[in-house]
Amino acid sequence: MTQSPTLSRRSQTSAVPQSRKPRRRGADTRAGYTFLLPWLLGFIALTVGPMISSLYLSFTNYNLFDAPKWIGFDNYATLFQDERFLQSVGVTLSYVVFGTPLKLAAALLVAMLLNSKRRGQGFYRSAFYAPSLIGASVSIAIVWKAMFGDSGPVDQGLSFLGINLGGWVGNPNMTMGMMILLTVWQFGAPMVIFLAGLKQIPADLYEAASMDGAGPVRKFINITWPMLSPVIFFNLLMETIHAFQIFASAYIISNGEGGPAGSTLFYTLYLYLRGFSDFRMGYASAMAWLLVIVVGVITLIFFKTSKSWVHYSGDAK
Amino acid sequence: MTTMATPTQPQPTKPATSAPAYNPKSESTTAKRIKSTIFHLIALALVAMVLYPAVWMISASFKPNSEIGGANNSLWSNNFSFDNFATAMEGIGGVSTLTFFTNSLILAIGAVVGTVLSASISAYAFARINFPGRGLFFGMMIATLLLPFHVVIIPQYIVFQQLGLVDTYVPLLIGKFLAADAFFVFLMVQFMRGLPAELDEAARIDGAGHVRIFGSIMLPLMKPALISTSIFSFIWSWNDFLGPLLYLNTPEKYPLPLALRLFVDQTQSSDYGAMIAMSVLALLPVLAFFLIFQRYIVEGVSTQGLKG
Repeated sequence: MTQSPTLSRRSQTSAVPQSRKPRRRGADTRAGYTFLLPWLLGFIALTVGPMISSLYLSFTNYNLFDAPKWIGFDNYATLFQDERFLQSVGVTLSYVVFGTPLKLAAALLVAMLLNSKRRGQGFYRSAFYAPSLIGASVSIAIVWKAMFGDSGPVDQGLSFLGINLGGWVGNPNMTMGMMILLTVWQFGAPMVIFLAGLKQIPADLYEAASMDGAGPVRKFINITWPMLSPVIFFNLLMETIHAFQIFASAYIISNGEGGPAGSTLFYTLYLYLRGFSDFRMGYASAMAWLLVIVVGVITLIFFKTSKSWVHYSGDAK
Repeated sequence: MTTMATPTQPQPTKPATSAPAYNPKSESTTAKRIKSTIFHLIALALVAMVLYPAVWMISASFKPNSEIGGANNSLWSNNFSFDNFATAMEGIGGVSTLTFFTNSLILAIGAVVGTVLSASISAYAFARINFPGRGLFFGMMIATLLLPFHVVIIPQYIVFQQLGLVDTYVPLLIGKFLAADAFFVFLMVQFMRGLPAELDEAARIDGAGHVRIFGSIMLPLMKPALISTSIFSFIWSWNDFLGPLLYLNTPEKYPLPLALRLFVDQTQSSDYGAMIAMSVLALLPVLAFFLIFQRYIVEGVSTQGLKG
């Protein structure tokens, strides 16, 4: 209704808007880049620039003091003969492959438990979320180390139950279990996101399924999982990428060395040791680029396969 | 924010659903009560499990060394004292723990100020200004969300080292003032996109420029996003370990996480009590923030997909 007067007014004084419009577009472009300046500067100086130089460094020998020496693919070739590197890959992969699904399963189970109208909902959500906020801190790593120390409370509690695992922190067979427990313990962050997703699922879907005689398992498979799949996808992607980059807790628990017997030599810890203890910056850069490639490929695989199991509302399927 | 309207809503529906029920009412309510009791039992047991490490930590911080670990494992002790905290406050190598606290505070406040300023300004460009290249840059910004930051730390370190900025706070703060945490930019873009476009159109007709629109219209409306950003950038900066580990060499400049690590290196499990007391001290602001802002924090996570 209000459109026609403005249209007519525009046509009447056609000379003014025409001259104003390009000027405004130019002004918008200028304003856009001005407002974007902080991000743009940071992006060039702290991300793109460093990425290019890290790619270059990955083909060199560089110790921070002498000029970088071009060595081609030597760093990459050496990596695959470096036993400590291969061990760090194994450690990180087992952490990602076992820790992330377990964490997400715990998150989903507890979210489903909490997804009902009951008193104390807010309290439970907050209590479960708290570890996610502090889990990656040095403080918690110290507490974890003390709790899982040989003859610490966890070991004592288990031996009270007749289970003797031979310690955690000092036992290379158990350190991974301890690290995985540390990440599963932080299930609160994905849980809260799951909970928000569960709240979006219309209740009449479940009511209709109950009418048809569906049990809880069928309801989960046919309603919860597909309706929640975008949130599951988001959590899976973010938690996986996150898990690859674990550092502080591994550093503290293993005294910065990745021990015992390299069982906590996580990828980023080894990268740090190579780059900043041995000053093999080129070698560490090659490691960094391999990590980027692996994370990139995994992200791509996730997105490609997601088409078959992630359902967005409004999709035909 | 969202809770204001909810508590009154379930009530009007109640009589409607209970009216057509034929079966004896008492049976269904007792069944409901049993169900709810089971729910609370399970949920409370889970809470106890999840919070046990934190409770153990606090209890251990008040215990004498002889009672941490070893045979006596109860959370209760007859010898509670503040001795561990006294030792922890003394600090390490002549630097008092208060100094580490101050350093952490400077870094965290710097991070909050820098992030809120730079992320909101950049987000305004992405969300509200039309200019060529915006889509491309927005895509790049999203891509940095998924990028492992380890790929940039080595060249960054080299540059800061050559500029003579190692062992200063510049490398730890400059990224905050340049919106390097793409996450917060993204969060604010999403938030601004939810605000009605008529607002800035009306302001434009009144002759306001982008600076006015951003400063007097957008910023006040963005309060919830600014608060979430402040809380999370504070806590993440407070807990950050890798950055200070790379860039700081002088203990006088250490923030708490680095000081804690130094403390661990020096005492090496000989003084567990003091070590744990210091861990508690280092977490205190985070826990305080959590208790005060828990609603905001948890709600922020569920609507914006923030991580811990």
